[in-house]
Amino acid sequence: MGNKDCMKLEIPGYSSNESFARAVVAAFAARKDPTLEEISDIKTAVSEAVTNAIIHAYDHKESPGSVIILAWTEKESLIVEVVDQGVGISDLEKAREAFYTSKPELERSGMGFTIMESFMDEVEIETTLEEGTTVRMVKYLSSKKLQGEKSYGSAE
Amino acid sequence: MGVEIWQQSGNLLVKLSGELDHHTAEELKEVINREWEKDLTCNIIFDLENLSFMDSSGVGVIMGRYKQVSKTGGKIALCNLSPHLKKVIELSGLLKLVYLYGNVEEALRELALT
Repeated sequence: MGNKDCMKLEIPGYSSNESFARAVVAAFAARKDPTLEEISDIKTAVSEAVTNAIIHAYDHKESPGSVIILAWTEKESLIVEVVDQGVGISDLEKAREAFYTSKPELERSGMGFTIMESFMDEVEIETTLEEGTTVRMVKYLSSKKLQGEKSYGSAE
Repeated sequence: MGVEIWQQSGNLLVKLSGELDHHTAEELKEVINREWEKDLTCNIIFDLENLSFMDSSGVGVIMGRYKQVSKTGGKIALCNLSPHLKKVIELSGLLKLVYLYGNVEEALRELALT
C-alpha cells in the first residue's frame, strides 16, 4: 500500500474480540484529531459491522472464521472496511431496513445498519453468497481547529 | 462491563459501567432476568452514568426488558445518559418506549406518581 496512514487487523470471529476491534480503529482515527463525537460515531459503527460479521457470517460453521478490519485515511476522511468470508447476505435490501433482524430470538434490535448509515457519511456493502461480505464506511472528519470543538449530540 | 443490581421500593435498579455490546449483552440479560423473576418488580430503572459505550446490542437488551415488564404494566427508565448514549437511543426509536430521567432519585420519584 502506498498510503502510509493505514492499518489492518485480523481477529477470530468471537464476540470477546469486538471491544478490541472498535478500540483499535478509534485509536487509529485519533491520529486525525477528530472530535469526541466523531470518535464515538466511528467506534459505534465499527462495533455494529464487526458484530454483524460475528453473529451472521459464520453462523453455520463450528468454529468461526476471521474478521479483517482495514482502515486508512484520505485527506480529511477515514475509511474503514470490515471484511468476512462467511455466508453472505441473501437479501441486502431487507438487511438494511431499520428494525429488521434475521435473529429475533436473540433479542437483536435490527438497528445495526441504520446506526452505521447515520453515524458514518457513506456506507457501501458488497456481499456474495457463500463467499462473504465487505462493509466499507467513510467518515468525513471535520477540523476541530476550524469549527471549535462541536457540542455533543443532536442539534435539538 | 460491570453490573450492580438491587431492588428498591418495587423497582429493579440496574447500574451499569464500562461497555455494553453484543458480548456483554447476553450476560446482562441473564443477570436482570434472574433478579426480576425473584420478585417480579414492576419497573426497571437503568443508571447509565458510568456506561461509556453502547451499541445496538444494548438497545436489543432494553427492548427485550421493555417487552418483559410491560406484560405486568411496568415501565423502563433510563437515567444519566451521556450524549453518545442519547444519540444511539434516539436513533433506535427507544424514546417511544422508555422514560428518561436526569438521575435515579428523579426516576424513583416520578415513577411512584405514575
